[in-house]
Amino acid sequence: MRPQTRWLTLSACGAVLLCGGAVRVVAQEAHVDRLTGRAAAGKPLYTRYCAGCHGDEGDSRGENTQWIDPKPRDFTLATFKCRSTPSGTLPTDQDLYNSVTRGFVTTNMPPWVALTPHNRIDLVAYIKTFSARWSTAKPGTPIAIPPEPAPTVQGILHGRELFQRLECWKCHGAAGHGDGPSAKTLTDNKDDPIRPYDFQTGTRFMCGTTNQDLYRIFMTGLDGSPMPSFADQLQPAQAWDLVHFLRTLQPLKTPEATIWRAWFTTHGRELKPIGQEGGGQ
Amino acid sequence: MIARVVAGLVVVSVAGATAGPSHLPPPAGTISGKVTYTGTPPKMRPIDMAKEPACVTDHPTPVMTQDVVTGSANSVRYVVVYISGGDQGAPAATDTVRYDQKGCLYIPHVAVMQVHQPLEIFNDDPHSHNIHPLARVNPEWNKSQPKGAPPIRTAWDQPEFIPVKCNVHPWMHGYFAVLATSHFSMTDSTGEFSITGLPPGTYTVTAWHERFGTKSQEVTVAGSETKTANFVLTARPY
Repeated sequence: MRPQTRWLTLSACGAVLLCGGAVRVVAQEAHVDRLTGRAAAGKPLYTRYCAGCHGDEGDSRGENTQWIDPKPRDFTLATFKCRSTPSGTLPTDQDLYNSVTRGFVTTNMPPWVALTPHNRIDLVAYIKTFSARWSTAKPGTPIAIPPEPAPTVQGILHGRELFQRLECWKCHGAAGHGDGPSAKTLTDNKDDPIRPYDFQTGTRFMCGTTNQDLYRIFMTGLDGSPMPSFADQLQPAQAWDLVHFLRTLQPLKTPEATIWRAWFTTHGRELKPIGQEGGGQ
Repeated sequence: MIARVVAGLVVVSVAGATAGPSHLPPPAGTISGKVTYTGTPPKMRPIDMAKEPACVTDHPTPVMTQDVVTGSANSVRYVVVYISGGDQGAPAATDTVRYDQKGCLYIPHVAVMQVHQPLEIFNDDPHSHNIHPLARVNPEWNKSQPKGAPPIRTAWDQPEFIPVKCNVHPWMHGYFAVLATSHFSMTDSTGEFSITGLPPGTYTVTAWHERFGTKSQEVTVAGSETKTANFVLTARPY
């Protein structure tokens, strides 16, 4: 393209944006792998499948919203729980695509696997037209997750100390039942009540199922919810220790739970209880 | 004819002023006043910190809620008064605004700063806090800050009144008042404020309170005078 032509193209784009005025400022595309999603293609899908809860304007005021708890995401805020990026930054297209694909367990958001991958990425492109932040800011850099070490009793014990020291128990409870002293007063960024994850249920997590997902959840935090980011507080080795300890709180046959239960039957009594007076050691 | 001569004189005098000796400081006016309320404000209530024993011991007498702090003669504390129209003053100050989490309270309850001004958030307590600025215009974030963690250094890009909360201690509420202007003040316990260093001009002065909303008025400052601008906010009980 000759410089002059390029300039003309740029000015044309500028004019379109200006003419857009009060209309949404936009990021019209989304990319995952080799797929390119287009907002124009996502719009009719959104109207058909999403607007009932998320609202025509993406403001979470759909006709079903009043019956739903927790409330649907308000896309006009561009604040998302499930991200691979640091707290306060926009998620990647892949993050949004994963959320649409996976749905949110224990909420009214189903997994949209019935839609084709191309439909889903078109929807992601359309969701990004609801907030001007998508044109003023870039997604954050995904946090690095180093390879997972094998779980050990020592590591799990260390993770348990972190659970005490970082005060995870204040919301998630000493045994991870989601019944800590602050659990009942938790509200999200719209002042709606929200519950911390109850490890005893053993259900999938809000943002995935794997140990990597668990690592990512507490390192990035779930923006909009009370769950903060611990990225500044944990080194990777510590974060993995915490992951392995958290797995022992679930009634699942995980490798972590197996080695922990074997150790616990003989040494469990030596442990200080977790909680206000406890040392967690 | 007379008007034309007067106009000419004014031009000459203005030119004279700008070309005059530079050792004189430029005239700087002040807008000061008092913020009061009408109506029925909510009562200040003692905060129950039983959930965090360390914070109960920090406060032998219970602390009162800080969202509405009223004084004698209906004065209101923590009202941010700033120039919303007119000269916006200097670009972001480089000095750091300090915000403390101490005894399960935010100190100060309202921190006023300019866009891009450095902000440092400290946890001085022997336990964890999560600091959760519920920004709408700026990006919302939420970070854990355990005992002994280094301060969180940040800044805000857009003007906004950002509510801040700690989800672990639900009574902890504060505000970051992020302003485009360097001309601002906050009312003290007597409801008084004073915005100094204003070049001559006409200003829109706005008073913002977290529960009672905003009110604005126009004030013209000429030379080094002090103008009075009082605000009466309408109290809402809940």
